[in-house]
Amino acid sequence: MLREYHRDKFFDEMLDESGKIRPHYRRFCSLFESLGTDEFADKRHSIDLAFLRQGITFNVYGDSQGTERIFPFDLVPRVIPAKEWEFLERGLVQRITALNLFLRDVYHEQKIVKDGVIPAFYILSAKHFRREFVNFKVPKDIYIHICGSDLIRGDDGTYMVLEDNARCPSGVSYVLENRRAMKRSFPDMFERIGVRPVDHYPQELLKMLQYIAPPGVPNPTIVLLTPGAYNSAYFEHTYLARQMGIEIVEGRDLVVADARVFMRTTKGLQPVHVIYRRIEDDFLDPTVFRRDSMLGVPGLVHAYRAGHVSLANSIGTGIADDKVMYYFVPRMIKYYLDQEPLIPNVPTYLASEESDKKHILENLPNLVVKAANESGGYGMLMGPQAATQEIEIFRQRIQADPRNYIAQPMISLSRHPTHVEGACFEGRHIDLRPYIICGEKTTVAPGGLTRVALRPGSLVVNSSQGGGSKDTWVLYGDE
Amino acid sequence: MLSRVANCLYWMSRYIERAENIARIVDVNLQLLLDLRNLNDERLAEHWMPIVQSTGDEKAFLELHAKATGQAVTEFLVFQPENPNSIVSSIGQARENARMVRDQVSLEFWEELNRVYLFVRSPEARKVWRRGPSEFFQQIKAASLHLSGIGYATMLRNEGWWFSQVGKFLERADKTSRILDVRYQGLPERGMPVSISQTEALGWSAILRSCSAWDAYKSIHGADVHPRYVTEFLLFNEDFPRSTRFCVSELNSALRHISGVPSGRFCNEAEKLAGRLEAALQFSTVEEIFDQGLHWYLDQFQLKLNAIGSAAFDAYIFQDFGPEGGELMIQQEEQQQQQPAHA
Repeated sequence: MLREYHRDKFFDEMLDESGKIRPHYRRFCSLFESLGTDEFADKRHSIDLAFLRQGITFNVYGDSQGTERIFPFDLVPRVIPAKEWEFLERGLVQRITALNLFLRDVYHEQKIVKDGVIPAFYILSAKHFRREFVNFKVPKDIYIHICGSDLIRGDDGTYMVLEDNARCPSGVSYVLENRRAMKRSFPDMFERIGVRPVDHYPQELLKMLQYIAPPGVPNPTIVLLTPGAYNSAYFEHTYLARQMGIEIVEGRDLVVADARVFMRTTKGLQPVHVIYRRIEDDFLDPTVFRRDSMLGVPGLVHAYRAGHVSLANSIGTGIADDKVMYYFVPRMIKYYLDQEPLIPNVPTYLASEESDKKHILENLPNLVVKAANESGGYGMLMGPQAATQEIEIFRQRIQADPRNYIAQPMISLSRHPTHVEGACFEGRHIDLRPYIICGEKTTVAPGGLTRVALRPGSLVVNSSQGGGSKDTWVLYGDE
Repeated sequence: MLSRVANCLYWMSRYIERAENIARIVDVNLQLLLDLRNLNDERLAEHWMPIVQSTGDEKAFLELHAKATGQAVTEFLVFQPENPNSIVSSIGQARENARMVRDQVSLEFWEELNRVYLFVRSPEARKVWRRGPSEFFQQIKAASLHLSGIGYATMLRNEGWWFSQVGKFLERADKTSRILDVRYQGLPERGMPVSISQTEALGWSAILRSCSAWDAYKSIHGADVHPRYVTEFLLFNEDFPRSTRFCVSELNSALRHISGVPSGRFCNEAEKLAGRLEAALQFSTVEEIFDQGLHWYLDQFQLKLNAIGSAAFDAYIFQDFGPEGGELMIQQEEQQQQQPAHA
């Protein structure tokens, strides 16, 4: 079926410049070739139905009807050869190591500021910098336990980091469920192609959570703290809790007494030692952060400070997500590790640097502008596709608050053959979110979540805006 | 086990049982109408109003509908989203509770509950309904029975299981008593009815059918349908799984599985009341009940069930986990996440 597929000017994951199938896709293509159109349609249909039945859905934000949709899934997998993955793995481990050292430093001695690598102004003005936690020692010195750094490939196929997600990255349940669905649909392919499994992720996660338990607790009670059933990642929360065999709790299930955290059970209060929280800092504890939070646990921060409960991720990691800090990550890698960054950043301009600002304002129609602390495609200008009026709005915003904006050239993401209506395949832009766990050692789940912009020509891979996902296959070999 | 989780499991199975019983009640009454002659508005209202009353939602019904026509009542009991106890609402709430404790139920159970939820909310449900309500009710009953079976075959008999059994049998006992109460207007206020008309006999057969009790009843009493025997069967039969005695016995045993306290003793108010109620059902006769008046007796019975439910809540759940946060809480829940971004 893929015989009809052609590439065009973008970097194509499957076909090289001359239109030949790249070596790591060959085995897949020859097996896929033998599949009939009807058989493919059947498999697609049954996977969609299975997702719907299992409730592997996300809630459409702001929809009062409570409509649930499945995250569209494309059956053509993205394939990554072993050598390429080894490189990515090293690059990601390097990056999270530097980020954790940065967070430790920035909440203690702030050497990186004193040595003039990052101007103090940027740290002090960062929205998610938690002054309250300066000089607070987090368990095992790990700040970011779970990180999802988004990777993209540009015109020449070079991998670049688009952003780091060091607070509560979501999406890993799709990695696991997509793989299950593919294994059910194409059981023979996995054996014959040699794809690295992903299903030990929950065990790795659990091991890490056990590792960071407060000292002197032999059998720590670990819980996953969810904002609740209305969160679009709620399916993922229950899924991970079930896989790890831990309790999933809401804020109202927990109480703090004597600087210790307990959960309300049918047999009374029981102590909790480690919390994998999927609630952001601001909402964790209404007595410390946002007072109107109905999701948090009053007194939780006090218990955390007393060392009686550990949190993953730690409080205050949001500063690493600030897009201005992102600009400095390559310098952090050099400063803390004395290494060259393996995976580069996307070239970035800071609006609060005079020369950069001039460049940004002069080239707005060619640039992508992003607010420093927004994610999920909010607060963003795509210059080449924007109306003049929209560009002018951003011009004013940038001038009014330059600290809050960065700009990057528009990157044409790599493309991947993707099924479209009418049983044919066209190139669609993709990115990759790997999941990194940082505990006693740092591990990266092989592959990650490949997201695909299903609308023709679109660069937006978000589920809320017509994005879907693919299974990501990391091969044992290079072919 | 988390109190909130216990609470969800309790309500999940209560709502499934509720949906099934409402399907039973409406189904059998629709069929009953086929046997009646000379139907006018008044007679229809006489027929349908007790059924709305039996679900305990009379007030809500009158706010939405002027007259108790067949169409108004079935719409109210089956589809109406404004009725929190309609079949569609009940399945929605069962599924919502299950979703909140998704990690506590087996995959097969969740998939089936999710399937029936998607079904009742789909246009397909209305289509089936138009083809014939009986087929629709058949599907609801089958889904609930299927869920029971999946539960028995796949779920861990842990604390959560016993909480779900408490919910299930409380609801079933309550609904059986309400179904039995549907024909009370044809009975003398006190004392045993002597003979009954043919129409009345049809009404009492309908009661048996809505409890899936027709065959079981016949095997004991033959085809002679009399309020005395029907009442005795649905209240006191020891072996029929929908009789109130059976349900209260299961309820009592589920409560004791939770606490580990043997029967004959109790460690909380819920166990005390459940034990007492079971003993009362074991040591009562149908004559005594008719002497007091069946309707009055059933009213008292329902109040006792409510008391057991709230005593169990006080013993294990402590605090209300209802949606007290409302809109703001939902908004905050929705906000929390780091969605993958894009170029």
